[in-house]
Amino acid sequence: MTMSKSPAEIFGYSFPDIRETQLLIVGGGPAGLSAALQALKLGLKVTLVESGLELGGQLVKQTHKFFGSSLERAGTRGFRIAQELIKELTPFKGSGQLEVYLSTTAIAVYPERIVLLSQLSGKVFPIKPKAMIIATGAQERMLPFPNNDLPGIYGAGGIQTLMNQYGVKPGKRALIVGAGNIGLIVAYQLLQAGVEVIAILEAMDRIGGWWVHAAKVRRYGVPILLKHTISRAIGKEKVEGAVIAEITPDGLKDKYQVECDLIGISVGLTPTVDLLRQANVKMKYVAFMGGFVPLRDREMRTSQSWIWVAGDSAGIEEASTAMIEGQIASTSVAKWLGYISEEEAKREIDQLWARLGYLREAEVSSKVRKGLEEVLVTWGG
Amino acid sequence: MSKLSNLIPPDEQVSFWSGVLDPESNLDLISVPPEDLWREKRAGLVVIECPQEIPCNPCHTSCPTGAIKVEPLTAIPKVNYDLCTGCTICVSKCPGLACFVIDKTPADYSIVKLPYEMYPVPKVGEVVDCLDRTGKPVVEGEVLNVTEPSRDGTKVIWVKVPKGFEMTVRAIKVKGGE
Repeated sequence: MTMSKSPAEIFGYSFPDIRETQLLIVGGGPAGLSAALQALKLGLKVTLVESGLELGGQLVKQTHKFFGSSLERAGTRGFRIAQELIKELTPFKGSGQLEVYLSTTAIAVYPERIVLLSQLSGKVFPIKPKAMIIATGAQERMLPFPNNDLPGIYGAGGIQTLMNQYGVKPGKRALIVGAGNIGLIVAYQLLQAGVEVIAILEAMDRIGGWWVHAAKVRRYGVPILLKHTISRAIGKEKVEGAVIAEITPDGLKDKYQVECDLIGISVGLTPTVDLLRQANVKMKYVAFMGGFVPLRDREMRTSQSWIWVAGDSAGIEEASTAMIEGQIASTSVAKWLGYISEEEAKREIDQLWARLGYLREAEVSSKVRKGLEEVLVTWGG
Repeated sequence: MSKLSNLIPPDEQVSFWSGVLDPESNLDLISVPPEDLWREKRAGLVVIECPQEIPCNPCHTSCPTGAIKVEPLTAIPKVNYDLCTGCTICVSKCPGLACFVIDKTPADYSIVKLPYEMYPVPKVGEVVDCLDRTGKPVVEGEVLNVTEPSRDGTKVIWVKVPKGFEMTVRAIKVKGGE
């Protein structure tokens, strides 16, 4: 490093002019976008930062129609929901109430509410919000097996990015590991793109995703093998095949050796909580929610009074609930900053919780409900 | 070490929890019209194969006659078959592609109206393979109509099937496709 340069020369900013904002929202996925909309409607000034090239997060890759009720835009395809939310934000951009930074990552949280933003261009600058909502989403888990580093082996989300965001057909014959909703949906999207799907493997004795998503791929001839997993990938320069093993009480028993040039791993997500950790937010390991997640109160506020959380970074769930959590967080911020009264905020948040309640009512959400019992707290004072 | 098979038989696992419905033993979990009404209702009646409680209700909110009810949001859909007109709006709206309208009124065949989001889209008059719930081709069928009720990319294919295949055929495959 050239020591003759000042930090200002290196990073392109000078510390004395720290940009200020009322509400900083980190993450432009479903949670962050609806948090932004809610905050803007309540009159706050918002800075929204998104590490990707465009807003929408995982929504932009979702070509299937969403579940839920009409309030969560059910029946609309995911990428259209992103388009609708972004369109609703547009007038606020024009009025100067909203600032959006794309290709910008919040990389550090410092004392006195200073957050460091890093842009793809190389520019790094601090911003000082009064409040921050962390909506950084989640990361895909990888599965350990021999040769899992061969080209052609992707996280299922990576396959979606290639196909649905960039229009690239990722292979000819695919094997999917994991029959959660993402694995099932990606298998269906591969079929739509004209990719053969050899099988979906599921370690458990039942699919983890929703039954209807499984039926959609089964009727096109894709087997779902329960109690099966990948035992190793085969190939030199790139993946050429895989060995499928049955999971038995005595361990893995190799059963099939198939040819494939694409393997999609969808064995779950882990909340992206790096910023929360840096900010010393109180965390707890809750397996039902995907790993370490922040303790939060009913208003999605963390143990740091200026930091709220929403969406998958608060615990792995659905886009529908992420959007509602974003609205709850922003309502709470607006109350804290005096934009709405206690009573108005309570009424709004109660309504939003009622919606969360009915979305989480079914058996399929029992893990989320159990997880919430462990992280939902009341902050003193 | 013995050589491993490179073929996975499509029917290796056909259990409910691997995504295959058994229309006989899982009958209480799905919506099937009463036979008398079904035989007479022109345009057909809806069969809903949505056996798991999930938070989802576009079938309910899109039904123009109020025939389908999902109450509460996580309930399994219930159909009042006196109100169902076989309009196929739910077929195109259901995110789970779980609604099928089946018209049994023609004398010597039935029509299955099913959701379709694949390429290529068959043409009217084309003969396609009709697939069962595990993707096995069970019979050939002529495409009688291709509609897009919600104009959102989900087509509804009307395919002619022999009598007796109404509760078997759940997808189609265009011949000569990939």
